[in-house]
Amino acid sequence: MKRPYALAIVRKDLKLLRRSRPVMISLISLPVILLVVLPATLVGFAVLAEVLGVQHDLDGILQSFSPEATAPLSGYTTSQKFVYVALTYFMAPLYLILPLLVSVVIAADSFAGEKERQTLEALLYTPTTDWELLLGKVVASWLPAVLVALFGFGFYSITANAVAWPVMKHIFFPNSMWFVLVLWVAPAITGIGIGLTVLLSAWVEGFQEAYQLGNLVVMPMLALFIQEVRGVIAFDLQFVFLLGAGLWLVNAGLLYFGYGFVKRDRLTRSV
Amino acid sequence: MSPILLLDRVTRRFGATTAVDRLSLAVQPGEIFGLLGHNGAGKTTTIRLSNGLLKPDEGEIRVHGLDPVKHGEQIRLQTGVLTETPAVEGRLTARENLMVFGQLFGVDRPLLRRRVEDLLERFRLIDRADERVVRFSKGMKQRLALARTLLHDPKLIFLDEPSSGLDPVGAYEVRQLIHALSREERRTVVLSTHNLHYAQQLCDRVGVMERGHLRALGTAEELIRSIQPQTRVRISVDRADVELARTLLAQQFNEVDAAHTDGSLLVRSNATPAISATVARLVDAGIRIRSVVPHEPSLEDVYLALHKPQLTA
Repeated sequence: MKRPYALAIVRKDLKLLRRSRPVMISLISLPVILLVVLPATLVGFAVLAEVLGVQHDLDGILQSFSPEATAPLSGYTTSQKFVYVALTYFMAPLYLILPLLVSVVIAADSFAGEKERQTLEALLYTPTTDWELLLGKVVASWLPAVLVALFGFGFYSITANAVAWPVMKHIFFPNSMWFVLVLWVAPAITGIGIGLTVLLSAWVEGFQEAYQLGNLVVMPMLALFIQEVRGVIAFDLQFVFLLGAGLWLVNAGLLYFGYGFVKRDRLTRSV
Repeated sequence: MSPILLLDRVTRRFGATTAVDRLSLAVQPGEIFGLLGHNGAGKTTTIRLSNGLLKPDEGEIRVHGLDPVKHGEQIRLQTGVLTETPAVEGRLTARENLMVFGQLFGVDRPLLRRRVEDLLERFRLIDRADERVVRFSKGMKQRLALARTLLHDPKLIFLDEPSSGLDPVGAYEVRQLIHALSREERRTVVLSTHNLHYAQQLCDRVGVMERGHLRALGTAEELIRSIQPQTRVRISVDRADVELARTLLAQQFNEVDAAHTDGSLLVRSNATPAISATVARLVDAGIRIRSVVPHEPSLEDVYLALHKPQLTA
């Protein structure tokens, strides 16, 4: 390649990422909390609700789902229905928090962290163009975040079936919606997490500030989760596909804005 | 010979502050040019403008004949910059730092490996090449940053406070290095520093900046002559004789300072009275003289003279 500068930035940032203890701890602990502790808690609620005879309005919630999405539920007991819906549909927006949070952690370390470590100026003196600088940094944050999302999905496929086994008695996860979620929506939402953190990094002094502010991006995901539990929206195949399309559009806008924003002159003024 | 670096009435503002104000200067190939000035004088901004990191609001810059605004990437391929802070990655080893930045400058891997080993050797870092830089002293980080500056074999080098954080031996080594870079390797060096002693020893020419303006430009000797036509002699006498000596000397010299607690008097005169006659007169008066040393003005005197209004204020 004639100008391998963006690739060199990717290599450099990935190497730095592997050496950062706080980032690596986040990359390991986030999937464990989101994809083991959370589903186990949901299944625990289902079992407890059945033992205590608690009534829940699952049928009311399911009215917002398409017939294709609720078809697998026929023949299930109430507990099985709850576990299936919880681990397949309710967990969908919560799963999306994983690539979002991971991308925020990595991008905060890459952009604001570089500023904090006072290494950004040396990078600005390299013969990279502003576009290569942006591209290298974005790819270096996007790749590991998407990888964590993919591994997280594989990991969750095992834990969801395992923790639900006492109730479900068969392998029920994943369904087709999840493949769209993982391969179409998760990479898009990762891009948004990075884009927003890059913009935030221009104003903040270091990693911690960028990370804390960046964490606010999980709020829309929690809102989606609440709306789903309330039966307002449903994470079925059609919704997830449209959600992904919308997020990719936002990504395109962020990249366009980021290209206008990540300029040497502006970055130099911030170091 | 056309200058390797040319600034023509360059101005750069940050909001209401004018960091560089109608700055014009030319640096010739192979010379060591010193940029002197307080913090905030505009030295670092000048380096950033010259490398296309900042855009000038007015004026033109040419580096190797190229405009940094349009050809920043090409210019940065040919320049090496030592930033004010070492800006080395603490999580990487010394060798990794150099390899990573060599790749960022597009140096071919086999050549880069050789250069990295040579530079680690040259900067006495080879024994700790595989140790993470976070454990290095400030001086070692500075040496590593200097090594990084030379990775892509630049012909024009900007050094922003190169002796900062170095012990006397380290500072001496860097001085020798800068000398070698210019005299033996024919590189051009722009040295931004507060260290006036350093600048006087190394620089072919210096520019003194103040609040974005270039206040003085020339060789150290030219600047010294321009502000200091006086003769200066430091005469040390026995402490008990200081007052009498001062009275006698005041009759002959324009100014007499007895600022030193060791009994030495600094005398200045626009004329050049015979020192031997002066000394004889003091001896005749019974004053016990310990030493008589002609006081050569330095770049520091020039610098202080240029900043005198500020110092007085």
